[in-house]
Amino acid sequence: MLYREAGQFKSTYAEDQQIFPIRQDRIAVALLLAVAFVVVPMVANQYWLSAILTPFLIFALATLGLNILTGYAGQLSLGTAAFMAVGAFMAYNFVLRMPWLGIIPSFILAGICAAAVGIVFGLPSLRIKGFYLAVATLACQFFVLWAIQRIGWFTNDSATGVITAQTVEILGYTFDTPQSKYLLTLGIVAVLALLAKNLMRSETGRAFMAVRDMDVAASVIGIPMMKTKLLAFAISSFYCGVAGALYAYTYLGTVEPEAFTLDLSFRILFMVIIGGVGSILGSFLGAAFITLLPIFLNVLFGAASHTFGLDISHAIVSNIELMIFGGLIIFFLIVEPHGLARLWQIAKEKLRLWPFPH
Amino acid sequence: MKRTTFALALAVAAGFSGTALAQAKEQFVPANGYWVGPYAPGGSGIFGGMLDYFKLINERDGGVNGVKLTWEKCETEYNNARGVECYERSKNKGPTGATVIHPLSTGITYSLIEKATADKIPVISMGYGRTDASDGRVFPYIFPLITNYWSQNTAKIKFIGQKEGGMDKLKGKKIVNLYHDSAYGKETIPVLDVQAKKYGFQVTHIAVPHPGNEQQSQWLQIRQLRPDWVILRGWGVMNPTALKTAARSGFPREKILGVWWSGAEEDVIPAGDAAKGYYAAAFNLPGTQHPAMKDILKYVYGKGQGEMDDKSRVGSIYHTRGVVHGIVTVEAIRTAQSKFGKGKPMTGEQIRWGIENLNIDDKRLKALGATDLMQPLKLSCKDHEGGGAVKFMQWDGRKWNVVSGWIESDQSIVRPMIEESAAAYAKEKGITPRDC
Repeated sequence: MLYREAGQFKSTYAEDQQIFPIRQDRIAVALLLAVAFVVVPMVANQYWLSAILTPFLIFALATLGLNILTGYAGQLSLGTAAFMAVGAFMAYNFVLRMPWLGIIPSFILAGICAAAVGIVFGLPSLRIKGFYLAVATLACQFFVLWAIQRIGWFTNDSATGVITAQTVEILGYTFDTPQSKYLLTLGIVAVLALLAKNLMRSETGRAFMAVRDMDVAASVIGIPMMKTKLLAFAISSFYCGVAGALYAYTYLGTVEPEAFTLDLSFRILFMVIIGGVGSILGSFLGAAFITLLPIFLNVLFGAASHTFGLDISHAIVSNIELMIFGGLIIFFLIVEPHGLARLWQIAKEKLRLWPFPH
Repeated sequence: MKRTTFALALAVAAGFSGTALAQAKEQFVPANGYWVGPYAPGGSGIFGGMLDYFKLINERDGGVNGVKLTWEKCETEYNNARGVECYERSKNKGPTGATVIHPLSTGITYSLIEKATADKIPVISMGYGRTDASDGRVFPYIFPLITNYWSQNTAKIKFIGQKEGGMDKLKGKKIVNLYHDSAYGKETIPVLDVQAKKYGFQVTHIAVPHPGNEQQSQWLQIRQLRPDWVILRGWGVMNPTALKTAARSGFPREKILGVWWSGAEEDVIPAGDAAKGYYAAAFNLPGTQHPAMKDILKYVYGKGQGEMDDKSRVGSIYHTRGVVHGIVTVEAIRTAQSKFGKGKPMTGEQIRWGIENLNIDDKRLKALGATDLMQPLKLSCKDHEGGGAVKFMQWDGRKWNVVSGWIESDQSIVRPMIEESAAAYAKEKGITPRDC
């Protein structure tokens, strides 16, 4: 009833090509942004901001990066954590060695470094596909961590390999409260998500999807394979690199190379699969599912045993949490193999007809 | 049904907002540890011991001067991100917020240094963590208590010297440092290099990637090097694997010396006979013969309140290490109360004072019933480490036997390195060191 596009006429090309063609969508997105930028920092406490929302946004950005590569361009990659590590450690080095540069340019340069690494390790994609490509990107995962652990320059010869992120300061303003760190993260993620959304509607994005759906057909109709695939690797790695830099600077404050293991790469791949392959919204939904659900289960179990006075061993509770988490992943994949984003899309279709489906 | 659902929702909301109803006369200590995953034996043992001791204090003494200890468990999975989440969740609970944090992970300790300092919550990293935080002038809220890794390492080299018949005999010897490839494992590389130069031995650092269940190539390298000693700096599954692989490659176990995170029952029993003769360092000793341990058995396990599901683990290395964590926490609260008011819950800032002015001497240890469970401990504003001495144990196939007295660390090597490293950190971060 409310969600219906009847009566919304498009009289110019610009109107026809808007990101959100339906007026209700535009209002909803504007409201969401207003809540995220204004209401959340005012009402959320420190725990929510620094332990839940900031990491969620950072993982959403990394998932978005991988989604561009895997979801849109169809190139399977297991090197996401490595690209994040490049971003984190290069941002540290840019701020350390070129302090006049400023934080945002350092983040961008760190992202570009990650993009360069992505291009190098994306070269095998010109010859191989699917699982074989995943194995090639696995090499990236191990090589990057090896290099960071062994070459002292990356960690400024820190004996333990742990780096401590410098203070974030932009135009004399220091980002040291959870609110300001959250807003900085949100700002960067919002801008990059908007760029990604637009990119996927452009010629480049369509070329990505053509390569994903059938690369032989794509090259027959004149899409340059090398340029498209390497560009996908570069853009994806750039996003992951910026996410890595944010992970170090606005979230944990210290980073060790071990934080970026293969385990993290798999987690981000799961976020893409659960959220929805080839969907911007799905990246956010998937990141929310994987990062927030274990914490929610933990709090729920704690509260439940508190309320009902249950005396279960904590080790059993912790293991049950992991089992439920695994079970829910399987449940969602059976119910909707195309991810949470697809569920949302179905809900929207239904909403258009509601309350008179016939 | 409706009421329980509502109560549940309320409790969840309270859990998320990180605030609990304030109740007076309670001192909240977060138990942010790990009960699942590859390192669960360490996490469950140490937090089991600590909470057993808290229960003993509540049960036998009615709390610390009448202030009951409370706690809440939070699963960190030995993972930095989860550790930070648990910290944020627990820091405002209880009437005065978190008393003190035991992160039980070097990585989480690093992540909490700045956050906890800003929130004025002390972090005790007993026997792990950032070594140069022993300089209390730069790190007011971080306490790598009892012995840090560098101190322990000098004691280890002293022990090797004793075994070889004098420190001068170390000249020309070959020592391999087999380490877990993580922040924890790498922490001792600089101090070993300094000692190698001082005593004239040759040190080779060999990394074992996490988790360390495959060490064939590392031990092949060790066999080619033919070292006189191997220092095992392992954690979790890496330890029994190292001992088993050493046995297979014919390296004598009597020449392997483990760090205290390689010296629990859980590290040697899986290796079976391959572990016989192996040495390990310890800053706490196992057993249930100490009066404090007997009281835990009587007041806590006697009433079926014990934390350990497997009662045979009571008195194991990890469990008594947890009891030592408990003793230090409770004594810090007691010390703080003696200054800021007996029978009142203390804030993190007051506890910080309590830890810094902690003085557990022999007399106090006897009163606590913990003589031989741990060493005397005295801290100061400058020295956030305290003890510094280490004992060595040897595994005979069934239990750990203590084979040395308390071996003092060599602070003439360690302290200048700590001060230099802390000064570099202070400069990088723009911290003005306190004047002590």
